Amino acid sequence: MNQNETAWKGFKGRLWKNEINIRDFIQNNYTPYDGDESFLEGPTKATDVLWGKVSALQKEERKKGGVLDMETEVVSSLTSYKAGYIDEKTKNLEQIVGLQTDKPLKRAFMPYGGIKMAEEALTTYGYTPNPELHKIFTQYTKTHNDGVFDVYTPEILKCRHNKIITGLPDTYGRGRIVGDYRRIALYGIDYLIEEKKKDFTSTDSNSFSEEDIRLREEIQMQIRSLEDMKLMAKEYGFDISSPATNAKEAIQWTYFGYLAAIKTQNGAAMSVGRISTFLDIYIERDLENQVITEKEAQEMIDHLVMKFRMVKFARIPSYNQLFSGDPVWATLEMAGMGVDGRNMVTKNDFRFLHTLENMGPAPEPNLTVLWSTRLPNGFKKYATLISIKTSSIQYENDDLMRPIWGDDYSICCCVSATVTGKDMQFFGARANLAKCLLYAINGGKDEITHEQVGPNYDPITSEYLDYDEVVKKYDKMMDWLSDVYVNSLNIIHYMHDKYYYEASEMALIDTNVKRTFATGIAGFSHVVDSLSAIKYAKVKAIRDKDGVTTDFKIEGDFPRYGNDDDRADNIAVDLLHTFITKIKKHHTYRNSEPTTSILTITSNVVYGKATGTLPDGRQKGLPLSPGANPSYGAEKNGLLASLNSVAKVPYEDALDGISNTQTINTGALGHDNMERKNNLAQVLDGYFAQGAHHLNVNVFGKEKLIDCMNHPEKEEYANFTIRVSGYAVKFIDLTKEQQMDVISRTCHDHL
Amino acid sequence: MAEPVGYYNSIESFALVDGPGVRSVLFLQGCNMRCLFCHNPETWNLNKEQGITPSEAFKKLIRYQPYWQNHGGITISGGEPLLQMDFLLEFVKLCKKNHIKTTIDTAGEPFSREEPFFSKFNDLIANTDLFLLDIKSINPRVHLKLTGKKNDNILDLFHYLSDKGFPIWIRQVLVPTINDKEEDLKKTGEFISSLKNVRRVEILPYHTLGISKYQQLGIPYPLKSVAVPSDAEIKQAEQLLGVSKYQDYLTD
Repeated sequence: MNQNETAWKGFKGRLWKNEINIRDFIQNNYTPYDGDESFLEGPTKATDVLWGKVSALQKEERKKGGVLDMETEVVSSLTSYKAGYIDEKTKNLEQIVGLQTDKPLKRAFMPYGGIKMAEEALTTYGYTPNPELHKIFTQYTKTHNDGVFDVYTPEILKCRHNKIITGLPDTYGRGRIVGDYRRIALYGIDYLIEEKKKDFTSTDSNSFSEEDIRLREEIQMQIRSLEDMKLMAKEYGFDISSPATNAKEAIQWTYFGYLAAIKTQNGAAMSVGRISTFLDIYIERDLENQVITEKEAQEMIDHLVMKFRMVKFARIPSYNQLFSGDPVWATLEMAGMGVDGRNMVTKNDFRFLHTLENMGPAPEPNLTVLWSTRLPNGFKKYATLISIKTSSIQYENDDLMRPIWGDDYSICCCVSATVTGKDMQFFGARANLAKCLLYAINGGKDEITHEQVGPNYDPITSEYLDYDEVVKKYDKMMDWLSDVYVNSLNIIHYMHDKYYYEASEMALIDTNVKRTFATGIAGFSHVVDSLSAIKYAKVKAIRDKDGVTTDFKIEGDFPRYGNDDDRADNIAVDLLHTFITKIKKHHTYRNSEPTTSILTITSNVVYGKATGTLPDGRQKGLPLSPGANPSYGAEKNGLLASLNSVAKVPYEDALDGISNTQTINTGALGHDNMERKNNLAQVLDGYFAQGAHHLNVNVFGKEKLIDCMNHPEKEEYANFTIRVSGYAVKFIDLTKEQQMDVISRTCHDHL
Repeated sequence: MAEPVGYYNSIESFALVDGPGVRSVLFLQGCNMRCLFCHNPETWNLNKEQGITPSEAFKKLIRYQPYWQNHGGITISGGEPLLQMDFLLEFVKLCKKNHIKTTIDTAGEPFSREEPFFSKFNDLIANTDLFLLDIKSINPRVHLKLTGKKNDNILDLFHYLSDKGFPIWIRQVLVPTINDKEEDLKKTGEFISSLKNVRRVEILPYHTLGISKYQQLGIPYPLKSVAVPSDAEIKQAEQLLGVSKYQDYLTD
């Protein structure tokens, strides 16, 4: 272990030296930082030059319709490309190196999720797929997508077609797996291989079950992947077989781990994970030994973040409609508290936030502050200040998550926690519970296509809807929906493991991994308001000539979710509990733990398009309210009342996350930024102290959005970033429909 | 004894510029002034559509306590809160008993040193923490034209609170061509500097966001031809009022 003695010089602790245990390393070595942002440094010349080049490329990409360049000849793998740089001429300026392909912003060819989609992505943007590759992936081998559709039942296909279940990862990579990329920095690849080999040996037996065999094959794939990572790094002139010896190497080694993931997987979410505090330990050591200056430390973080801003995947139009704005969810966490009561805020958390000042606002990486009421004030106020300036940060309640996930979890997508290096998630998109309510009313008939999609139960025939009858029928219909839904997810994840296994991410996760099975809900607030309308007002069903209820007449007033009114909010709590209880009754693939989320991302627009008029008055085709947000126009008592309603939805029943997005007018938040940052910190404290899970904060006025929609060419809007459900996008990258949707949502701007 | 009933228009849970810190606001119904620039014309009539007792109002508002922390609390605005003195008194006393800070956002129009108002008023300032007052115009003629009411008793209220040492924030609405004469603003500045209880002074630039409410209510909008003040005009008014001199609110 001579090499390790140099690499680990000055690091304290014992456990982590004898086993893979990043958490133990962090707890023994990090330095909490209670100060403010005054130590931060601006961008270096190199940063300005490089970011200038990337910005120019991004502009060109936009001009070309959203894609700069695409690969048609090479199937992406860890070793399929030579080293690539932002610009060959300035490669020496790049402190942190590594691109997905040979050129910046060039999108790789990744056919394993589905050859049809990979080719469609190419043809959409005017590229011609290589016929040889087509032959290989259709005649000689099979992809994930083909596997899934071989097995799907007619009923599942009908549900997909009628969009009561939508966004399933059966045509794209499932993502949401966060490799513990830090392991490469602390241990080097060789040690990780050694450990995986031990795991392999320990599965040896005289009577293999199917599961044992699958696991053994997977471990071998992981080991091969680790070997390839070394080759990939070697292209760039680095030997990552041994641990990193300084901050720059630690950042580079960690990035190589992430790079391996995004070279091989095009998952819907490719999170970076909780690397900030870990990397700070290396930076602190180098600062202390005067090997680097703060300016250099910031430069390295700026350059790392620049790389995260450049991650690209080839997508098809239907995917873009679902998840608009070209997101990759390179989610990266900071802050939080340790289980020992120390805060885990480090200077590096400031540096990551500061990238939004040094290089301007940006949607990626998806910067996530793990909020605790006990975080030091200096950090709280810097985070809220950056929110006010850039609208690029999201907040999640660490006080709520820590008791469940500990103090080394990562956010694997938008809002979902997984323990870093210990857990993985089976992502499952969402079931449209609003549509399910209409199915209950219409006896399983789709209100738009009139197809018999659900079981042929008795429809409701009375003129006015009776609450007890509706609830009873809805419960039965939800039973059916959860059956089909879980069934289709079991198929999808079986096939994904088989045809598109995430070897390079799983190589950086414990072999004995815990799996969660993440279902989701769309249309949450509309179901709540609909049931409330039926209960507290009179709702008349209006049927078409076929007897299908397609419209409703509401007589009288009713309480709506979003006003801190228990009458409506209790319906929300019950709805969630009912749904997750049904999901939990099922067998889930690989004994995963079923969870659910109330999170729609931007798919609320697509879901809404396919959903008829609802008993709460929402009209056919209009967007559903995103995530756990109250419905448009429902909030009558301002932001805090709305937050209080969402805070009542219990996290224990939605361990995959409860997403809430709010926009506050700058002027309404205080007279100046000093007041505003204090006020926003207080709002976050008040919200999270009540057990709420997540908040996206946007700070701007409606006027800015409207002006940006009408004048996207203005320089000031090139990087204008807004938070949407679970991630951030450049506003100009949204479809017009989605822009209108964002604009129409409540902007809290009390006069 | 039965609790007094207050008539209110709405509750806004989130108001961060109506007093210190994070605040929630109870908007009471009814006002005798008819300010031309008013952006809440729906609160003018003292209609009795929504009644509420102090304890009911408290129960609704206390839900937002987690957000208030040290500086924030409840602001009672309107309409004109001093018109519903019995309700107001009971309500602020209830808040005080529960250690909740209250601010009264008033135009001061009902103020008088006559009984029975005066004793109740003294009781009020003994139980609340801050007044948000505004000077619509120091010039009596302009004031009458702008609000339909005289300003002598309002200026008397300023003097009275100054003598009592009761903290106030002053907000000057700035309506171009109507109350923005340099001479008047200068006088206002002098008036403010004669007071001993001013913690903060700010300009509230006239805005047109209330127009749609007038349309809904079928009231002709009186300031159709008036533009919103420019940044330069706001800055100049701030200088004339000496806004930057009043920084005590920062350390309160």
